[in-house]
Amino acid sequence: MSTLRAWRGPVLMIVGLLSAWQALYWITGDIALRSPADTIRHSWALFQRPAMWPHIRETATAFSAAIVIAVTLGMSVGLTLGFSRLAGQVFEPMLVALYSVPKVTLYPILLLMFGLGISAKIAFGALHGFIPIALFTINAVRNVRPILIKTGRVLNYDTSDLVWRILIPAALPEIFSGIRIGLALTMIGTVLGEMFASQRGLGYLLMNAIGLHDVDLIMSITFVLIVFAAVVSSILLAIDRRLHRRV
Amino acid sequence: MTNVHVSLKNVTKQFQREGSGGVVHALGPLDLELRSGEFFAVVGPSGCGKSSLLEVIAGLSPPTQGEVLFEGKSIGGRVPDGIGVVFQEDASFPWLTVADNIVLGLRKIPISNEERQARVDRAIAMMGLKEFTNAYPAQLSGGMRQRVCIARTLVMAPRLILLDEPFGALDQQTRLLMGEEVLKLWRQTGATIFLITHALDEAAMLADRIGVMSARPGRLMDVIETGWPRERDSRVVESPAFGEITARLWKSLRAESIKAIGKADAAS
Repeated sequence: MSTLRAWRGPVLMIVGLLSAWQALYWITGDIALRSPADTIRHSWALFQRPAMWPHIRETATAFSAAIVIAVTLGMSVGLTLGFSRLAGQVFEPMLVALYSVPKVTLYPILLLMFGLGISAKIAFGALHGFIPIALFTINAVRNVRPILIKTGRVLNYDTSDLVWRILIPAALPEIFSGIRIGLALTMIGTVLGEMFASQRGLGYLLMNAIGLHDVDLIMSITFVLIVFAAVVSSILLAIDRRLHRRV
Repeated sequence: MTNVHVSLKNVTKQFQREGSGGVVHALGPLDLELRSGEFFAVVGPSGCGKSSLLEVIAGLSPPTQGEVLFEGKSIGGRVPDGIGVVFQEDASFPWLTVADNIVLGLRKIPISNEERQARVDRAIAMMGLKEFTNAYPAQLSGGMRQRVCIARTLVMAPRLILLDEPFGALDQQTRLLMGEEVLKLWRQTGATIFLITHALDEAAMLADRIGVMSARPGRLMDVIETGWPRERDSRVVESPAFGEITARLWKSLRAESIKAIGKADAAS
């Protein structure tokens, strides 16, 4: 019974979204949209085409690399700035400022730095993701209850024990929330990076399809990206909730 | 049982006030001797430096002046083996199960795995946590979590247990019962207990001797012997002596508490 109830929300939401989509399709017609059934059929066909796979692989590689960089960099920066008050006071405002800059404005510079290949996309994706991860980690470290650190001192922990056995586990639920948001932004950054000055990847295909007014292709790629993002986000959200339940 | 377990000689504690560069004189000068195996409670107005006193004895923060001896040895910058501390705040680690929390209490004491397990089992049994060994702290009540923290202290077989208002966050009934548990555990372990509390009745019910502290800077104004038998429980509150002790405590504390409140008003 309880599993049934847990699934009721998501199922209702999916049914609701599909109905709204179908209704919108009936209103606008073939010029701008495809029906859900058509889109799913076309997406399926897309995966059968061998020419499709290099693009998917390109996006997947760029996204994976970007997320690894964003998490590593974000956590290291966040732990450092959270731990050292002086460093935090100096660099945190810079991070916040950088966060509010529309990152697209930095893309020309990244392209000049990294060239027209996959590296620029990775850098652009990581740039989107690492800032929220760093900011969440800073807060997570600062919010660790002082009593836990004090307890560590009663247990005669040295500094590395304090970091690895208390600080990181205590901050992990918050850090993970940052990673969840960072992941979504990294995906935006990666696909966005592919839409300009790129020869491969789903973002490039999408841009191309827009130019050719290939509504089937636009709908299919968008659909695939949305499904991927929704699945990954749901998994991370489930882990996130599990971690937070213990606090 | 009358040999000296802990002795403080002419101890003072001062803090650098953050930002302004001023100095807060929190504690002392203060002399105190704890006898081996006794139950010593400290009461005092809020902000009188009770917790500073505990941190100095624990070795968590060094005294500005004076010396603290534990079992004849000077306490340096770390918590000596043999001293366990339980705080008021919930100090259980939320990411570990009850059993894993308790194992941490063994610090890095080099003992065999069997001995380790035996000690953990004993502490779990003693604190009535058997059904909860695999639970996470979030699944437990505040009183139960405090038991976890006490068990974590017990596994290292401490000879001196420092309690910093350990029941301050609990409701009155739970507090009375936890008080009885602490008495039982005190008798079973034979450890010296140093309890800080703001509850006069708690001090009067639990302790052999009660130290009364002045408003800041905290000094010992009075030490009261309760004269309770070692075998006692919360029912001592019914005896006439209990009323006399709390009355005497309040008599010495009333003026100091007014002073402390006045200071707080002036500061705000």
